[in-house]
Amino acid sequence: MPDLATLGQEKSNLIKALQEQQREEGYISDQAIKNISREFDMAPVEVEGVVSFYTQFKRIKPGKYKIQVCDGTACHIKGSKLVLNWAQDHLGIAEGETDEEGLFSLDAVACLGCCSLAPVISINGKVYGDLTRKKLLKILKDYRAREEDE
Amino acid sequence: MINRIKIGMASCGVAAGANEVKDKIAEVAPEEEIVEVGCIGHCYAEPIVEIETDEGSIFFQDVEPDEDFINRMLELEDFSRFTPNPEREKWEKKFVTELSGKIDPVSLEEYRDRGGYQGLEKALEMAPEEVVEEVKTSYLRGRGGGGFPTGMKWSFLAAKEEEDKVIICNADEGDPGAFMDRTVMESIPHQMLEGMLIGAHATGANRLFIYCRAEYPLAVRNLNTAISQIEEAGLNRIGGKDLKITVKEGAGAFVCGEETALIHSLEGKRGTPRYRPPYPTDKGYKGRPSMINNVETFTNVPLIIRLGGEEYARVGTENSTGTKLFALAGDLEYSGLVEVPMGVSIGDVIYGIGGAEEGSIKAVQIGGPSGGCIPEEYFDTPIDYDSLNELGAIMGSGGLIAISKGRCMVETARYFLDFTAKESCGKCTFCRIGTKRMLETLERVTGGEGTVEDVELLSELGPKIINGSLCGLGQTAPNPVLTTLKYFKNEYLDHVEDKHCPALECDALVEVEIDNEVCIECGQCIKNCPVDVISDDFVIDNEGCTRCNSCIEVCPVDAISRVRKGGKVNVAN
Repeated sequence: MPDLATLGQEKSNLIKALQEQQREEGYISDQAIKNISREFDMAPVEVEGVVSFYTQFKRIKPGKYKIQVCDGTACHIKGSKLVLNWAQDHLGIAEGETDEEGLFSLDAVACLGCCSLAPVISINGKVYGDLTRKKLLKILKDYRAREEDE
Repeated sequence: MINRIKIGMASCGVAAGANEVKDKIAEVAPEEEIVEVGCIGHCYAEPIVEIETDEGSIFFQDVEPDEDFINRMLELEDFSRFTPNPEREKWEKKFVTELSGKIDPVSLEEYRDRGGYQGLEKALEMAPEEVVEEVKTSYLRGRGGGGFPTGMKWSFLAAKEEEDKVIICNADEGDPGAFMDRTVMESIPHQMLEGMLIGAHATGANRLFIYCRAEYPLAVRNLNTAISQIEEAGLNRIGGKDLKITVKEGAGAFVCGEETALIHSLEGKRGTPRYRPPYPTDKGYKGRPSMINNVETFTNVPLIIRLGGEEYARVGTENSTGTKLFALAGDLEYSGLVEVPMGVSIGDVIYGIGGAEEGSIKAVQIGGPSGGCIPEEYFDTPIDYDSLNELGAIMGSGGLIAISKGRCMVETARYFLDFTAKESCGKCTFCRIGTKRMLETLERVTGGEGTVEDVELLSELGPKIINGSLCGLGQTAPNPVLTTLKYFKNEYLDHVEDKHCPALECDALVEVEIDNEVCIECGQCIKNCPVDVISDDFVIDNEGCTRCNSCIEVCPVDAISRVRKGGKVNVAN
């Protein structure tokens, strides 16, 4: 757990504290907001205000596999909208959601910065490029199969 | 004889599989020395491996993590060799990024062997005001997009008499489609830091920050490693004090690229901009005078000091000196990071360096969501701050996306508005609500429900948002719409008057059709259709079709295509 008491002595550490908290738990829980607001001597609503301002912070528990569909310019013109649709259809969840088993969560992100491989997604940081529908579904099915094996 | 093996390990390389390649080489040839280097700018050919021999270097492209491939490569067989597009060499000038991809990014020694920190040494022998003067002479302009003369900014901070002064490097590269700063930080972090240290000497700043996007983990890691090397070597000892350099990770907000918003974010607050004045050089981080420059700007500084401002200014044009990095992507043969002298034409970059098919590109989108679309007829325009402004676009930070004739410009504008509307911080009404209304209007047009009045509404809203917004985000948000309206108005009118998307991109205005004369009835489309709308006699029910393109992708004989809605009737007319 991040050392909130030390971080809280300096208000400019708020974003850092939230980042460490999220690294730990995967998201910012209600309890985390309470703890942080206590240590930073701020109202919970002020902390919530900072959390909601930045796209990095999640208030919903993410899945075991975090899928990020890149919607940067290069990916967009190469069909990232389709990629997102395919993933949504296959997983049965909308962008920003986590599936019921807590296995996959899906987000559209601004740019993963590997434009030459467009369209791309990343799953827990690993990048998959030059996607077609077939390729995407195979990747997702492989993850699920691996999960079932374990 | 192989001396050593270099692997490009910047984000593009890693995404293409450089890690696996590295591991495989280490397994196949454990005796060889492997060096991880940064980006050489040819993303399309990654993973790239350079083998240094006594006779010079040999480059391999699209390297596979396969034992046979690696063995043949180590035998220096003549296959999968990488040779840069010769046209590119004609236009490109590796100046600022000369060392990128050649040195180990986190080796202070290698950087110093190649002239690194000579600029800092020279600067420390000069009086601070001489350094500022040198930067003024070079006429370096801010590479973050605005183009404000850097020397001038430095002189503002230098003139401040407060004891505590702050320098901030803006590395919050939030534009979708831009990766210049990331590549610089990943590949030549020392060069950027050297520029910051020179800035500290010139202005008397005693606290240095780098505000970096959290999405760039490798950049953050390399910067932190470089900073500890600097501290160990005592290079941060300036004016008798050890300066503290801190990397702060942003948390994902495009508006934080704006100076005052960035400062709020550094202070741990919501990143909303504020009214200026006071300017950051008067009152910035925690009320101290603060100066913000972009990554690329700082990375230019060591060259200016080493070469002298006058010599530096020989590169580029009179009012836009030096070079500019561009992240080149879109409908091109060779995407990647390029560095060109200012004044090169847009066409030379797209066709010469990018290798786009002659005549295939109808516009370039320059400067990201704040920039604009420039049509084909202006491709001979030189790339410099002033010429681009005249066209209604901006230099921006350096994203350059080629848009082919098969793309819809209304959809392109909608895409950028969608981005800025989401990223608007909400402080100014015109930006918060105006971009939202603009987006809704664009959605009506691409959705086939737009009217001519909608197109007029867009032209009317644009200038109002620009005038009614406090910061750069709102002031530039309408640019993609206004420039496409200016240069591609016919496409807007096609959408609203004829309910036709000429590029067949807008889903609401197209249907998917199987050409039964070409169809071989293999059944692949039926098998792959996620919504089961293809009948046994190969007819698509367009009511239920989601336009996902799956059938088009799998059809072995290209019998399926997108056509204009109600197309057949109109074509017969």
